[in-house]
Amino acid sequence: MRKMEADIAIIGAGSAGLCAAIQAAEAGADVVVFDENQLPGGQLFKQIHKFFGSREHQAGVRGFEIGQQLLEDVKKSGAKVMLDSVVYGLFAENSLGVIAEDKYHYEVKAKKIIIAAGAKENYMAFPGSTLPGVMGAGAAQTMINVNRVLPGKRIVMLGSGNVGLIVSYQLMQAGAQVAAVVEAAPTIGGYGVHAGKIRRAGVPILTGHTIKEVYGKEEVEGVILAQLDEKWQMIPGTEQDIKADTLCLAVGLNPMTELAWMAGCQFTHIPALGGHVPLHDHNMETTKPGVYVAGDITGVEEASSAMEEGKLAGIAAAAALGYLSQEEAAAKKQEVLRRLDMLRTGLFGEKRKAAKERQMAEMVGYQAVTAEKGGVK
Amino acid sequence: MVKTGVAYTGVPSKEELAKIPGMPSEERMAKGAVAVIECVQEIPCNPCEAACPFGAIRVGEPITSLPVLDEEKCTGCGACVAACPGLAIFTVNMAYSDEEAAVAFPYEYRPLPAKNDLVDAVDREGQIVSRGRVLDIKMPKAFKQTAVVTLAVPKAMGSRVRGMAPFSPMLREGRE
Repeated sequence: MRKMEADIAIIGAGSAGLCAAIQAAEAGADVVVFDENQLPGGQLFKQIHKFFGSREHQAGVRGFEIGQQLLEDVKKSGAKVMLDSVVYGLFAENSLGVIAEDKYHYEVKAKKIIIAAGAKENYMAFPGSTLPGVMGAGAAQTMINVNRVLPGKRIVMLGSGNVGLIVSYQLMQAGAQVAAVVEAAPTIGGYGVHAGKIRRAGVPILTGHTIKEVYGKEEVEGVILAQLDEKWQMIPGTEQDIKADTLCLAVGLNPMTELAWMAGCQFTHIPALGGHVPLHDHNMETTKPGVYVAGDITGVEEASSAMEEGKLAGIAAAAALGYLSQEEAAAKKQEVLRRLDMLRTGLFGEKRKAAKERQMAEMVGYQAVTAEKGGVK
Repeated sequence: MVKTGVAYTGVPSKEELAKIPGMPSEERMAKGAVAVIECVQEIPCNPCEAACPFGAIRVGEPITSLPVLDEEKCTGCGACVAACPGLAIFTVNMAYSDEEAAVAFPYEYRPLPAKNDLVDAVDREGQIVSRGRVLDIKMPKAFKQTAVVTLAVPKAMGSRVRGMAPFSPMLREGRE
């Protein structure tokens, strides 16, 4: 077993992890980032659309270009990025178990750990859901935008959140036909402007509908839809058959929390954030001192807020190690928090803002209780 | 009852469009090219504000405010069209000619059409409402791969056409 030491070990080289690495390494910390993938950037390199937000959030820049910039900044910062490296466990005294390139076994001792593991796609079961051709919308997006392979020629998308809407648009840009976007809720989940783009391309968005079954001999040949009543039950006789060779599922994401559970972090369950999420404070530090979280693992949002959370965690961890003075850190964090607040506003942001506030309030409650009991063990 | 409105259909309703501050007045529309900002939901986004060289678009604070168009300052130059990440800004010139209006919209499919191509002009719901003649395709570096295509369409369609069906080069070959 090889031994390695670092000031800060970061798990995940996506939007949040890379931003954390840049902040911490620029402050002078010795930083190593692990990612199980062959390429860094997490989901950024498959985002070919222009981002929203303000200029400070790089609005108007396409996601993959933000990714390219992050990689350059990481390089300049001096942070080390180890790819093809799976962090399989977090153990006592901030020690990480890592398998690199399927053969090298590392024990990594870090003074601080930042978990930025991201989220994974939800699945849904229905008759035919195991047929080849049923896949996550995120997987389809990786196929077209990273690997340049069209998953199918005629696609039905289940879910009208931003992922479903954006991936539908991108599948058409890649040359596929989108037969319909199907949404169980009575209203469209994502931004109206994303919906507007695919409506202009002639794609129907069927709200109040769900998938009854997918059929096909060896692979998907069609999808049977049914309308839902007010109690979300299928209405008999409303079935319609849509010919398609691919069904993409865009039915939400859930945080990849395994390592945070293993570290012993306290959790809460917040459906608006994707399920179980670790408690954390304004520094992104969990109930386990020295273990920070950032990005979708803290609650599913989007890339821009993941980047800001990553910066927060990086600044806080570097400051805790003395690489930034309290004043320097406070000034930097204030800027980040201002930008983060901006992203959690408006028609779609308010719900996330309330959920994040609840999560942090629970952290305060937890700290008060443990303080009474004589501090964190 | 059929529900209308952007949350139900993805297409802003007439009523929604009538009350947003990004829509120019009919009098202004009649005078010539002007931006039509069909942004009806309060989301944190403001690149259109900085994109306007004439200071004709204001979002301000909070960043979720809907963009306000100053129709007197707007020259209809179209700089905002490619800048909107939501692809929700168009320019419409109702005074293009006696019979035609010119509509410019963002276009991110490939291949791009060529000048004078005849294409299928579509409305907000993707319905083909008329033929459109391509007047112009702009894609300078600053547009970051979003082309802005301008179509000449029958004047009555100026308020309806908001795009074109993804272009097929067959169309070009098929016409004389």
